[in-house]
Amino acid sequence: MAVTMKDVQFDVRDGGSFIFERAGEFRIFTPEDFTDEQQQMRAVALRFAEEEVLPRIVDIEAKKPGLMRELLEKAGELGLLMLDVPQKYDGLEQDKTTTMLITESLTRCASFAVSLGAHVGIGSLPLVYFGTVEQKTKWLPRLATGELIAAYALTEPGSGSDALAAKTRAVLSDDGTHYVLNGTKQWITNAGFADLFTVFAQIPSDKGDQFTAFLVERDSPGLTIGTEEHKHGITGSSTCPLILDDVKVPVDNVLGTIGKGHRIAFNILNVGRARLGIGSIGAARYALKLATGYAAERKQFGKSLDTFGLIRAKLGSMAAAIYAGEALGYRTAGLIDRKYHALEELSPGPDDDDFQKAVEEFTIEASILKVHGSEALDFVADEALQIHGGYGYMTEYPIERVSRDARINRIFEGTNEINRLLLAATVLKRGMKQRIPLMQKFQAISASLKKGEEPTFEPVGDALVDEQRQVHRMKHAALFAIYQAVQRYMMKIEEQQEILGAFADMMIEVFAADSAIARTLQYGDGPLASFYADCTTLTVEHARDEVFTLAKRVLAAALPGDKLATGLDQLAVLDHWRAVDVFGVRERLAATVIDAGGWPGI
Amino acid sequence: MKILVAFKRVIDPDARIKLTADRSGVDTDSVEYKANPFCENALEEALQIAEEHDGEVVLVSAGGPDIDKTIRAGLALGAERAIRVEIEDTVLDSDLAARVFAAVYKEEEPDIFFFGKQAIDSDNNQCGQLVAEYLGLPQACFASEVVIDDDGEVATVTREVDGGLETIALTLPAVITADLRLNTPRFAKLPDIMKAGRKTIDVMDLDDLDIEDTALKIELVSLEEPSARQAGVKVGSIDELVDKLKNEARAL
Ligand SMILES: Cc1cc2nc3c(=O)[nH]c(=O)nc-3n(C[C@H](O)[C@H](O)[C@H](O)COP(=O)(O)OP(=O)(O)OC[C@H]3O[C@@H](n4cnc5c(N)ncnc54)[C@H](O)[C@@H]3O)c2cc1C
Ligand SMILES: Cc1cc2nc3c(=O)[nH]c(=O)nc-3n(C[C@H](O)[C@H](O)[C@H](O)COP(=O)(O)OP(=O)(O)OC[C@H]3O[C@@H](n4cnc5c(N)ncnc54)[C@H](O)[C@@H]3O)c2cc1C
Repeated sequence: MAVTMKDVQFDVRDGGSFIFERAGEFRIFTPEDFTDEQQQMRAVALRFAEEEVLPRIVDIEAKKPGLMRELLEKAGELGLLMLDVPQKYDGLEQDKTTTMLITESLTRCASFAVSLGAHVGIGSLPLVYFGTVEQKTKWLPRLATGELIAAYALTEPGSGSDALAAKTRAVLSDDGTHYVLNGTKQWITNAGFADLFTVFAQIPSDKGDQFTAFLVERDSPGLTIGTEEHKHGITGSSTCPLILDDVKVPVDNVLGTIGKGHRIAFNILNVGRARLGIGSIGAARYALKLATGYAAERKQFGKSLDTFGLIRAKLGSMAAAIYAGEALGYRTAGLIDRKYHALEELSPGPDDDDFQKAVEEFTIEASILKVHGSEALDFVADEALQIHGGYGYMTEYPIERVSRDARINRIFEGTNEINRLLLAATVLKRGMKQRIPLMQKFQAISASLKKGEEPTFEPVGDALVDEQRQVHRMKHAALFAIYQAVQRYMMKIEEQQEILGAFADMMIEVFAADSAIARTLQYGDGPLASFYADCTTLTVEHARDEVFTLAKRVLAAALPGDKLATGLDQLAVLDHWRAVDVFGVRERLAATVIDAGGWPGI
Repeated sequence: MKILVAFKRVIDPDARIKLTADRSGVDTDSVEYKANPFCENALEEALQIAEEHDGEVVLVSAGGPDIDKTIRAGLALGAERAIRVEIEDTVLDSDLAARVFAAVYKEEEPDIFFFGKQAIDSDNNQCGQLVAEYLGLPQACFASEVVIDDDGEVATVTREVDGGLETIALTLPAVITADLRLNTPRFAKLPDIMKAGRKTIDVMDLDDLDIEDTALKIELVSLEEPSARQAGVKVGSIDELVDKLKNEARAL
């Protein structure tokens, strides 16, 4: 099946199918596919960041009272808060690709981007996707303009990653008109000024606790907002505890189904993860720009820093990380959009759960995006600071703030460890349930490697054939390794976190390399063709090293001594280093980056 | 009140540009385009006047369909509709452009025809003046303030002139060209960007405007890239600096 979006035909795919496809086999969404309209929206967001937000960064970081709210209201006037809101409720109802594009344009000022993201994302989306018509009518139009600000209250002092272990209780009043909430929520973004909170609490019942979401208004008696935290980064965003002391919430404010709060919590987090991943890449591009600019200006030993090989190597690696991040990020956003449109076509109607299904379908990709994006940003921001030398350590240089702001992304919206475990387990679970053809693939790979034969490979087109072949091998190596572990531990593999973590890392590398290839093949021979091809070569080379190292470690952990040698021999059938002049590739990338003064793409 | 605004697409001034191998022009392979900043000032002023005097703002530009993207950006800011005169961008000099715009003026008969004071690509600073000449209209160039009287008949324009300001009054209709300090162009709103996609861009060609003489009066001979910046020198003392500024740089 195919869906036409903005005049381009895109293939509708299933979650996890990238593992079994050939790189570039299906049309993916890439940054090259943005429409004029999307680009204009992006230009507004970029200008807003540059002219309205960044000049006030010192006040923002000092949490000047009222400033963040004022900026959010200004953003609201421009329509930057209404992208995800349905038209019926005065929103723009845009695709996720648009939302992501706006997000990544704002992340150069992360304190602001996080506040905005918490409002339009985790704050408002529960209402968008799970609210009743009455609830939406009551709040959504005002959330869309920024008149009201939203927040999402899941975490508690005793439950972070283990969110479902929340202790906040909600007890139905004797007259059945309201619930009484008691408990403490912690680290709630925007809490300092938000008007509407999605609060998760347990309703005790005979069948056990029922995890449920509630819409709680700020002025509810008994609700106290605690003091602001002092944070390492994003110091301008509001982060406070909520103390709920006999807060009365009308029964009409129950969000979604009683006992199904986890569906809301996890679905919303999935979207948040995708947004965070792409947002991170936007910040990484900004860091690259800062580093490139600085390296051109600063002279040591009589030369600009950007003439030194080790500095140029950094710029090249940073560029490749950004390229792959964009490729896999927009691919994922596009996959979700297309699935949603396809489901909509099958069952039109406003009040079905098509969007939730589309998001759930791409749990694996969303987690990959979150981990890859946040770690690419940490890498890029850290190298950018390093290029600044001691100046990068001083607060008057923006890279100092960018590198502090980067760090949070590996912690919230599900820590990167939790996302790794989740994505690896989801691949395996979907395989066992035959939702993806994992078991068949396991058999086929084993059979072919036993015979010492490489699985047949057929390239898509005649560009990047070596890279395509390597990704093909990487996919097989990852599956071969995890298959050995699955055979050894069977259902108990869930307890082998290091193996799952290694499998997750292999999937992340594979998806990044696969997406970089697909993007470059689609791009054809435009002006950046050789730059994109070099980014792809570097991404694939890096991924190959990682995947084969990890596959060997998994085999060493999973196979008993007498079988290990055979397993390694079989893996070796796939393990061919193709001579790549990594230094030369990085050098060419650096030249383009330096010439453009930062990221050269759109 | 009807206000016509000339709205030109130029190569993004922040982009690094390269010349084509034969130096006859700029390599447009990988350049980004945007609206000429002075035209954005002109549009902003037109929008403000239209808001105050209940008027209509119409954009006019000359070029192929690829400039529609820039025109739509102008429509997103609040212009009601646009006219694109179909012409290949490369075969236009200020004079032909002015004759085209004068012809469009006759079709539309606006009260004010706004221009940017110059386009930042060719930096000619001629178009508005030529249009005023061809139409016999009063003109005010380099406007830094524009006030329209309540009856919509007189424009009081403050102009930036060497060493000071000059204020003049024009009877409308008139041509006004905008300077950078006239205003700060507004942000487009996202819903308006979407609405702009549905606004009309009327396409006319030179025949529609009865322009037969398309001969150019200016021939572009060649372009040179700016020479690379020379390395700086260190001076030992303030006196040496003053001396160098006086005698070498001739800046004092
Ligand atoms: C600035 C900021 C803003 C935030 N905003 C919000 C908000 O708006 N709303 C909201 O509800 N929450 C918010 N949070 C909370 C955030 O979602 C949690 O911090 C996050 O879920 C992690 O929980 P935790 O901090 O309790 O860490 P823990 O869960 O205690 O984790 C500590 C470490 O142990 C690891 N770990 C935990 N469990 C496992 C496991 N099973 N296997 C392996 N490793 C494990 C983690 O990966 C981590 O490295 C925010 C946090 C911060 C710092
Ligand atoms: C907190 C702090 C405390 C300090 N305390 C002291 C102190 O007590 N006394 C003191 O004298 N100094 C001190 N310093 C200065 C410190 O030693 C310098 O910051 C350091 O030597 C680096 O120099 P720089 O910052 O000018 O970076 P630069 O030399 O400008 O380097 C910038 C980047 O370019 C790279 N680079 C530079 N040259 C080359 C090259 N030829 N080839 C390849 N790459 C190159 C660097 O590795 C770096 O990544 C301090 C600095 C800080 C931040």
